[in-house]
Amino acid sequence: MKFRSLRQIGFTDYAPISSFFPSSAVAMGAQKKGSSRVTEDAEELARNPLQAILLADSFTTKFRPITLERPKVLLPLVNVPMIDYTLAWLESAGVEEVFIFCCAHSRQVMDYLESSGWHKQPNFTVAMIESNNSISAGDALRLIYERNVIHGDFVLVSGDTVSNMSLTHAVKEHKERRKKDNNAVMTMVIKKSKPSPVIHQSRLGTDELFMAIDPDTKQLLCYEERGEHPRGAISLENSLLADNPSISLHNDKQDCYIDICSQEVLSLFTDNFDYQHLRRHFVKGLLVDDIMGYKIFTHEIHSSYAARIDNYRSYDTISKDIIQRWTYPFVPDVRFSANCTTKLEREGMYKAPEIQQSRSAHIGPFTVIGKGTRIGDDSRITHSVIGEGCTIGSNVSIVGSYIWNNVTIEDGCELRHAIVCDGVIIKAAATLEPGVVLSFKVVIGREFVVPAYSKVSLFQQPTAQDSDEELEYADSSSGAIDPSIADAGNKLNGDIVSESSQIQDWSTSQLGPGGAGFIWSACDGGCEEEWRHSVAPIPTDQLAKALLAIEEDSEIVKVSDSALTPSGELEPGSDDDDSDNMDDSNVDTVDFEKEAEATFLRAAQDNIAVDDLILEMNSLRLSYNKSAGDCTGALFYPMMKLALESPHNTAVELQKNVASVVSKWHKLFEVLAKEVDDQIELIMKFEEMCLESTKEFAPIFSQILYLLYEREIIGEEAILRWDDERKDADESDRVFVKQSEKFIQWLREADEEED
Amino acid sequence: MPDVQALVNEFLNKLKKRKIEGSQATAKQTAELLRSVISQQRVPRTNQAGALIDAVRAIGEQLIVANPIELAVGNIVRRVLHIIREEDLSLTTAAVAELNLSTVSDDDDDGGGGDQDDRPVLSAAAVAAAARNTLRPPSLQMLLEGAPDFVAVPRSSSSGGDSEGKSKSMDRNSRTRKLKHDIIEAVNELIQDITTCHELIAEQAVEHIHQNEVILTLGSSKTVLEFLCAAKEKKRSFRVFVAEGAPRYQGHLLAKELVARGLQTTLITDSAVFAMISRVNMVIVGSHAVMANGGVIAPVGMNMVALAAQKHAVPFVVLAGSHKVILVYIGASTCRGPMLCPLYPHNPEVLLNELRSPSELLDFGEFSDCLDFGSGDGSPLLHVVNPTFDYVPPKAVSLFITDTGGHNPSYMYRLIADYYSADDLVVQRRHAAGN
Repeated sequence: MKFRSLRQIGFTDYAPISSFFPSSAVAMGAQKKGSSRVTEDAEELARNPLQAILLADSFTTKFRPITLERPKVLLPLVNVPMIDYTLAWLESAGVEEVFIFCCAHSRQVMDYLESSGWHKQPNFTVAMIESNNSISAGDALRLIYERNVIHGDFVLVSGDTVSNMSLTHAVKEHKERRKKDNNAVMTMVIKKSKPSPVIHQSRLGTDELFMAIDPDTKQLLCYEERGEHPRGAISLENSLLADNPSISLHNDKQDCYIDICSQEVLSLFTDNFDYQHLRRHFVKGLLVDDIMGYKIFTHEIHSSYAARIDNYRSYDTISKDIIQRWTYPFVPDVRFSANCTTKLEREGMYKAPEIQQSRSAHIGPFTVIGKGTRIGDDSRITHSVIGEGCTIGSNVSIVGSYIWNNVTIEDGCELRHAIVCDGVIIKAAATLEPGVVLSFKVVIGREFVVPAYSKVSLFQQPTAQDSDEELEYADSSSGAIDPSIADAGNKLNGDIVSESSQIQDWSTSQLGPGGAGFIWSACDGGCEEEWRHSVAPIPTDQLAKALLAIEEDSEIVKVSDSALTPSGELEPGSDDDDSDNMDDSNVDTVDFEKEAEATFLRAAQDNIAVDDLILEMNSLRLSYNKSAGDCTGALFYPMMKLALESPHNTAVELQKNVASVVSKWHKLFEVLAKEVDDQIELIMKFEEMCLESTKEFAPIFSQILYLLYEREIIGEEAILRWDDERKDADESDRVFVKQSEKFIQWLREADEEED
Repeated sequence: MPDVQALVNEFLNKLKKRKIEGSQATAKQTAELLRSVISQQRVPRTNQAGALIDAVRAIGEQLIVANPIELAVGNIVRRVLHIIREEDLSLTTAAVAELNLSTVSDDDDDGGGGDQDDRPVLSAAAVAAAARNTLRPPSLQMLLEGAPDFVAVPRSSSSGGDSEGKSKSMDRNSRTRKLKHDIIEAVNELIQDITTCHELIAEQAVEHIHQNEVILTLGSSKTVLEFLCAAKEKKRSFRVFVAEGAPRYQGHLLAKELVARGLQTTLITDSAVFAMISRVNMVIVGSHAVMANGGVIAPVGMNMVALAAQKHAVPFVVLAGSHKVILVYIGASTCRGPMLCPLYPHNPEVLLNELRSPSELLDFGEFSDCLDFGSGDGSPLLHVVNPTFDYVPPKAVSLFITDTGGHNPSYMYRLIADYYSADDLVVQRRHAAGN
């Protein structure tokens, strides 16, 4: 009873405590000013303490094989378990009750929380919810709904979130919105972060994300991940445009996976029992299916930090953000959890006590060294995190790697951008290439080179007989491990005798002499995509490849622009890949031209009447929303090609061929190229063809021009204007003008005579 | 004492998570915490002072580790330890005087093997005379005579001669109560001092600020605000230049406050300080901590202001409550074995600084493409560093104004001798030895 009353006192304390949260001084001043409102809110909050649901299971397999042995939330991030970052943030942000949902390795999570002292915090209750058969976030939320522990608005995060944002403001915004509109069930926290234009993924290694947001109300209208739309095209429904006068479309926002939800969210999950994934099903469901008119809003944070560790790349990125102190006060030299005192030295070097470092060892900038680690002579360590109790020999080179606790690295090893878990032994002169992940207690043999992006574990890779669907949701580590793996685990982790016998077996293993472990082959056919999500920086050849792909894309467009499209309208910005609309229309143009060419050739082959072809072209033109000019351009090219392809030996014969083709199809152009502009485009097009693709026409340019004039495909006016336009052009551009000088002269004279 | 432990834990949490800002608030809360620790602490029959010192020291150690950057915590712990010692000393000497210097063995028993047993009687008497004069003695004498004793005496020799008769037990009982009472009184006084130090400092404002002067300050300090306002209330008319104090821009808040109190205020950027300094008559700033050598740890940008003032021979005045005055030592974490030495600027290891989040400088979203670790060799080309403090060397400081009056930087070590006993300088000694 006494405890209860103590807590009641604690609640009224809530508002001032939260205002202590390290925000900028200006914000603090503002809060002081609005103190009357704060107290009012405090009363409201006293009735409903802020609750949070923390999902201590990622329901993915991205961190395999490490997660076979330890849950993701307990993996160390800059020497502190990830869940500590999340809990410390929730605690400092004024959350008073946290329900930790754990599924895979729930025992380990519970044991850790017991020992970590999070239970002893004043004004902060941590309760565990355990489940053994949940395979998705949806299941978890349904279970929590059944438990009936959530009594108001709550914060939904996963246990791998690192943030220092203040929740007070976001929660207040959410509550006020709720007062006005009862359908605003969720507020999603977003943050600006530009995706890489080359490889189309964010700095956290997640796919490019498109969001449509109402700029006034901040309502989320559309949420699309690029992964689902490989061409970068997203579709907005017409009704969306009709209902909302203004929409801003972003691709530079990062989803922080921090949601402030109302109770309805839980019941929605229960009602729609097929919802599994928070974003893919729930958010999409609400946005697309428009259930009951529920709405999702966004809250953008600017100065504070929030990110979620989704894959190895975000592990790397967020670690570096922490070392660079973006997550202050959750940085290594502040004791926000049970971590030990670390001292920040120059150039961002963090050192815990009891480090034995050789004088000749060089420790570079932005490195964290854990307690009791020994570093030998002439070793070089830069941009890395070294855990507690590690032994590093001499002449070791470690760059950009994450080395966890009690790892032994013998002399002369080289590690670049690798993750090395607890208890690993790397024997002398071994090399880890970029992107390697060594799971717990693996032994790498002498002078063995672990190939790039390989994952090594003591467990054998589960056979990939599970369907993709299952792999997506079933966390292999969720208690339902294959019996064989469990056996192996028992053997390895159990008595030493069997372990030594195991090591005997390993002697002939894949990891060099004395090595122990299996190299996992890249699963899910993601082999070539492995570099996207690994800890290693993207290799330059991949970047070049991606860049080339983009260039090729724009090249196709460019070539087609210059060779096939008659109009120059599309040229500006056609190589500008960041504008998706442009991309779309270019894609359209290419498609249209191909289609037109195919249609023409078919007509030529099957001897279809010209009138029919005109009809067909017109309908094609309309369906692609192109002008008549585009059409002539698209048709002229195949026509000339047709002439070129028919057998000929001399230029004269070629000319005859052209004449016959033109005489056959001239009516087509008479109908389509009525305007003078179109005709000029046609001439220019022809010019380009002569210069680039079909050089055979070059010598007989003027003859063909005359032919076209004779057939009334190109009018006199068009030719004269073309001549005028070319007057100021470069000499090289005037080749054909010169060639047809006589003809033009003749035209002009005829013109004057008429006058 | 579960209640105390809960209080301590709560305070530790706040310190760890940097939830308490400002040295005054920290100092006050630390003192209040220690007061409750002392009042809850059970005192054994013998060696009461020793027990109290151990208790306070143990908690102090935790507090200092929790936030080593907030120097006020350590200062208050040391102050309280000093108070305990002084109170004990004055009681002992009083008792000795009453007993009329009966026997040496008796003296031993009374001290209970604490800090002051084994002391030659003559010396004790001399100190007693000094101690009786004032509660806070200007103890040059004590430093000379007492300090070696404090250091030399191992605390383990407390077995003492407890077999002495029970004739004095009554006396001892009352003394126990009296000791605790006196200590709590003194700590209360300390808390009072901390809360009123603004006013004590502000009282001196009229002596320093003259009519039609131009005062420059950087960032925001409550002490400076009170100081300026006190001068204003005394009908002095003067102008204030406020440098905004990037990146936290607390100068904006100060300017707002000053204007609200009717002072003519001009807000300038930090980088304009040098341009404006020639028009300034005096620079008045607050501080985070004052070192034993008279150097100042102050918000970032202060050294620049000090150098500008020095160049133009403008007086550079630092306001500091005496709780900010500290003696800095090099702990075992930076060099093996504890050793005492004041801070010197050429020793960068001891320069306690706090690097805050770079997001105060720039918007993460705008620069997110500069911080992409996925390309190149995995390290970004852009680093953002946001230090909180600057070190201003003593030669740049013209005057310290503390609650006990104005002092020269070279006088600071004397103040320290008044407020702290040499024995407590290394609160973390055992911790350090354990390393």
